[in-house]
Amino acid sequence: MICERCKQQPASVHYTEVINNQKRQMYLCPGCAEEAQKAFDLGAPLNLHNLLAGLMGPGGVKEVPEDEAEFLCETCGLSGAAFGQSGLLGCGGCYQYFGERLEPLLKRIHGSIRHTGKVPQRSRNKYLLIQEVDRLRAQMREAVEDEEFERAAALRDAIRDLQQRLA
Amino acid sequence: MSMRNTLQSPYSQWMDDDAPETDVVISSRARLARSLAGYPFPHRSSPEQAEQVIQAVNLAVRHAEFRARFGDAELTRMTELSPVDRWILVEKHLISPGFLKNTESSFECKGLVLTPDERLSIMVNEEDHLRVQCLFPGLQLEAAAGTADEADSLLEKTLDFAFSDRIGYLTACPTNVGTGLRTSVMVHLPALVLFGQVKEVLTTVSRLGLTVRGLFGEGTDAVGNLFQVSNQVTLGHRESEIIDNLASVTRHVIEQERSARQQLVRQMPVVLRDRVGRALGILKHAHTLGVEEAMRLISDVRLGVTAGLLKGPPSRVLLELMVVTRPSYLVKTSGRELSPPQWDELRATLVRKLVNAHSGGDPEEGGSPEEGDSPEEGEKGEEGGQSP
Ligand SMILES: [Zn+2]
Ligand SMILES: [Zn+2]
Repeated sequence: MICERCKQQPASVHYTEVINNQKRQMYLCPGCAEEAQKAFDLGAPLNLHNLLAGLMGPGGVKEVPEDEAEFLCETCGLSGAAFGQSGLLGCGGCYQYFGERLEPLLKRIHGSIRHTGKVPQRSRNKYLLIQEVDRLRAQMREAVEDEEFERAAALRDAIRDLQQRLA
Repeated sequence: MSMRNTLQSPYSQWMDDDAPETDVVISSRARLARSLAGYPFPHRSSPEQAEQVIQAVNLAVRHAEFRARFGDAELTRMTELSPVDRWILVEKHLISPGFLKNTESSFECKGLVLTPDERLSIMVNEEDHLRVQCLFPGLQLEAAAGTADEADSLLEKTLDFAFSDRIGYLTACPTNVGTGLRTSVMVHLPALVLFGQVKEVLTTVSRLGLTVRGLFGEGTDAVGNLFQVSNQVTLGHRESEIIDNLASVTRHVIEQERSARQQLVRQMPVVLRDRVGRALGILKHAHTLGVEEAMRLISDVRLGVTAGLLKGPPSRVLLELMVVTRPSYLVKTSGRELSPPQWDELRATLVRKLVNAHSGGDPEEGGSPEEGDSPEEGEKGEEGGQSP
């Protein structure tokens, strides 16, 4: 039996790799087994990229309308197609430009699209303001529904103030 | 200075056996992915941008508050290290193998910040601009994650991290977005493997939102029955929830492994004692050892020692052995390329020395592992002589 990886050395190791219950069996030479093990041992999320590329690849991208296939991030110029290929975004701005398109993917990976953890100190004030704006907006909608127009107007002004501070 | 020590000594603090639950849990790790606002991610940055990132991180770790907490953490560029030294960092679990894949950004722009105690390391220009990593011995997820969080808060005084109010810390790969937190434990499960129960246990674990990496079947022996369990989801949960989930599942795995070990001792004491005793005997006296065989034997001895069946080297020495027996370390020790038979001979020599030094073994072999080993040993191997 010849090593399935280098196809040169005789295979002497029966190598079974299991990631998330997905079993893959190979017959490898000791050198290749060592290599495979190295990559595997330390848990680099190498396979995730393949998985992502799969999700966003030819099959996954179909949901995106034809004319948007050439979509580019305005900050770094990454195209939707390039993202589909590598599974990696190009810059922080990509999350904004690809925004809605990313949501189903994030939902699939994380089961959520909303961060609830740590906030960096310098974003903390802004973060709290944004949450406050969200909260006031909801109150304003309620006020409008209840036809309390005076309260709604006050809320609208408060929101405008906050938004000015955010800008 | 400390990087020199790190590369010279096979020992790292995460191997310490004076930590919680080290009979089953070898180490706990927390890793935060962070990127700098205003820069493309490393795989799309220009050499100039990558250089700016590395400079910015260097500045941040020299910040007085950072130094007050973490000491003089030095930044080493990967270009300053030989390929063998780089692999030693991988084998000591201080950098990821992915960091050495020289695809998009060159080694020139890749750096590693390492604190003197090796508990905190920061990979610069890996998949993200920063990968802040803390590695602690035993089950200490909270301590590891807490330390990573402290480092992050101190770095943030200098660095402006890419952060979105809705989806949190922005990372190159959407699988890390949100908290950017990946926590993991490395567990040693020899008894569950012997009983053939490991698959069942780990399948359950993988249904609980955790990722398991491990080897099954005959291949299992090759990595010493070590498995790594980590969280899969980084967005939508608080850091504390991610840590608690992994910690509670790990406690469950610890219980299972411990009860399997007790069962082994009760049901087949002679078979087990024989197995672990033979393993120690081979490590003490073998003159050639393959890497696979070495890992299997080390795992057996570790089982024997932690189950109290054997007076052998302590766990930390056995973990050191797992590093010593790896090809990179052998090449480093010998200082030159070796043929496979020479590898096996050198590996056996290093193992004999270390094992005998720590189990009060043969006087002629009992020297310190650090003292002059490599060149003569290698030459003996070339002559093909089995014994002097
Ligand atoms: Zn091969
Ligand atoms: Zn972009």
